Amino acid sequence: MFPSYFTFWQKLGMYALRITAWSTLAFLMIPILVIVPLSFNVEPYFTFTEGMLNFDPAAYSLKWYQEIWNDDKWVLAIKNSFYIGFWATIIATVLGTFAAIGLTKSEMPLQSAFMALLISPMIVPLIITAAGMFFFYSQLNLAGSYIGVIIAHAALGTPFVIITVNAALSGFDYSLVQASMGLGAKPVYTFFKVIMPLIRPGVISGALFAFITSFDEVVVVLFLAGPEQRTIPRQMFSGLREQINPTILAVAVLLVVVSAIMLLTIEFIRARSEKIRTGV
Amino acid sequence: MSAATLNSVSQSLSAQEIKESKRNLKRRKLLAILFVAPLVFFILAAFVAPIGTMLYRSFYHPTVAQLVPETLTQLERWDSQSGAIPDKKTLITFTLELKQLAKARTAGKLAEEINRALPGSSSLIKFSARKLKKLDEQLLANNGDQRLLEFKKGKWGDPDLWQAIKQSGSVFTDRYYLTALDLKRDSSGSIVQRDTKIYLKLYWKSLKIALYITLLTILIGFPLSYYLATAKTKTANILMVFVLLPFWTSLLVRTTSWIALLQTNGVVNSTLQSLHIISDPLEMLYSQFSTILAMTHILLPFMILPLYSVMKGIDPSYYRAALSLGGKPIPAFIRIYMPMTLPGISAGSLLVFIISIGYYITPALVGGTDGQMISNIIAFHMQSSNNWELAAALGSLLLGLIIIIYWIYDRLVGVSNIKLG
Repeated sequence: MFPSYFTFWQKLGMYALRITAWSTLAFLMIPILVIVPLSFNVEPYFTFTEGMLNFDPAAYSLKWYQEIWNDDKWVLAIKNSFYIGFWATIIATVLGTFAAIGLTKSEMPLQSAFMALLISPMIVPLIITAAGMFFFYSQLNLAGSYIGVIIAHAALGTPFVIITVNAALSGFDYSLVQASMGLGAKPVYTFFKVIMPLIRPGVISGALFAFITSFDEVVVVLFLAGPEQRTIPRQMFSGLREQINPTILAVAVLLVVVSAIMLLTIEFIRARSEKIRTGV
Repeated sequence: MSAATLNSVSQSLSAQEIKESKRNLKRRKLLAILFVAPLVFFILAAFVAPIGTMLYRSFYHPTVAQLVPETLTQLERWDSQSGAIPDKKTLITFTLELKQLAKARTAGKLAEEINRALPGSSSLIKFSARKLKKLDEQLLANNGDQRLLEFKKGKWGDPDLWQAIKQSGSVFTDRYYLTALDLKRDSSGSIVQRDTKIYLKLYWKSLKIALYITLLTILIGFPLSYYLATAKTKTANILMVFVLLPFWTSLLVRTTSWIALLQTNGVVNSTLQSLHIISDPLEMLYSQFSTILAMTHILLPFMILPLYSVMKGIDPSYYRAALSLGGKPIPAFIRIYMPMTLPGISAGSLLVFIISIGYYITPALVGGTDGQMISNIIAFHMQSSNNWELAAALGSLLLGLIIIIYWIYDRLVGVSNIKLG
């Protein structure tokens, strides 16, 4: 298990490291895993009942999941989250990809200044962004509208697109573009047939980041959205503040499933693009 | 192609070719700008302009100046240090303007504004407005000042009240910044400290909470990152999922989990009780403790990811060389290995510190009164007390604080060294 030259204290140190590392992993995962069984609780509590610990089937039920579909507010929230997330992702990805391509060109003036400007939505605390947007968007009659929330979320998502597409472009060979143009391809054709396929992994990762940013975002929604635009996190926020009900746990479990799918997709893309890049 | 290279090859190129190449360069520059421009305009309109107007609002406040413009022009002649109230003409102008406001039903707005400068004056202004509404304009133009001084046992005879109107009337004001820093102007106009420190305390508490969280994430994140960085690639990749899944999970979900865990009848309490470790449930939720615990959990991946990527790049042979040269394991680890992880620690610390200092959701849900941070008071002034200008001033100070931290970091380490994953 350990090299034979390890002293007693080195072995002890390795064990201590292993135990600390695994307990940290447990600390990271337990809060996420614990809500899974709790969401099947037949009683309206946030804790394990006697019956659940004895694995009594009668102590478990799917009723909180049914409750989600029966509650108009939750159904609306789910629709809103996907609708707003979808459009915010489209705007963020299109604008962010173009900007990243322009920013990585060596001819671009004031590169770092523009980069700082475009990354700033990621750095400014959400409460300040939300407060500012509330003042500004109300004057334009965009507060309490889908367009307002979509624009706000698109602005919050673009930094992630820029960062991922930038990373994808860092290994990009611009002589390919010259070759394509030299062979007579039009710029638009070159863009879609030469540049796009090579940076696609970065664009898709960026889009997923932008989507999850919108999907999880609640502070801006809290200030900017009316009752019509309530999203899942917004509904959870008011649920946790007003009346705690295990439906929230059921929603939370569904959200964990969504994040797991996102994570696996991103890791899959990353592994594949690494393979293409390293040629293994 | 840069200008220097252009010059060095200029001997072998004709004037025509140089011109051509310069034009080419210009065109490529324009193309790059065209690619970036749409997003720049979008961010300027959707993000920078809102924050800019908020900053502007924190010191630009024309409400009172719009409500009683004539009175304010008249008040310019008045010396607030004289100890006397303004002259008859000013008072009459004011009664006429207040009557107009009462008619337009905006006297309440004025009362609210003046009340902020001089607490307790709201009812007097509203009362006077109601009375003046019924009086004839011609009559007021002659002896409105006497009428005004009759209201509420001559409370309008107080020069402090007129001082408050004059102060609130200035379009540009540092008043909200003074309030946000627990300062105020006394009647002579000099800046003094307030008796109760609310906001400075809150800034200080937010900094402290952010510092605790940063230290905790370093303490907890370092061993795990080291373990992951030194483990076999396959094991590390699988274990990395346990770090990335929480990172990708909605923070509302994670906050919900902590509520389920820490509640009075929650998982932790019932487990401890069934194990007979405690007899009465512990009150853990709605405190600074639960805020720090939940936020440490939420922000831990932001420390682990940069730390891991830095540790991955450290050549293990340095540490081995230190050992084979006779260094003891622990001093060698501290003096050889740890300094090389500093870029990771500092990048992670910047991320965790900056994110946690402006955090709103988790303190609002699990913080109780004890765990509230500066963001929560900004939200309070936005939503409940409707003191938007103060919220804007508090927000601007928070933004300034973050920019300073960011700037110091950029000077010391360089922002471009931050990597996620």
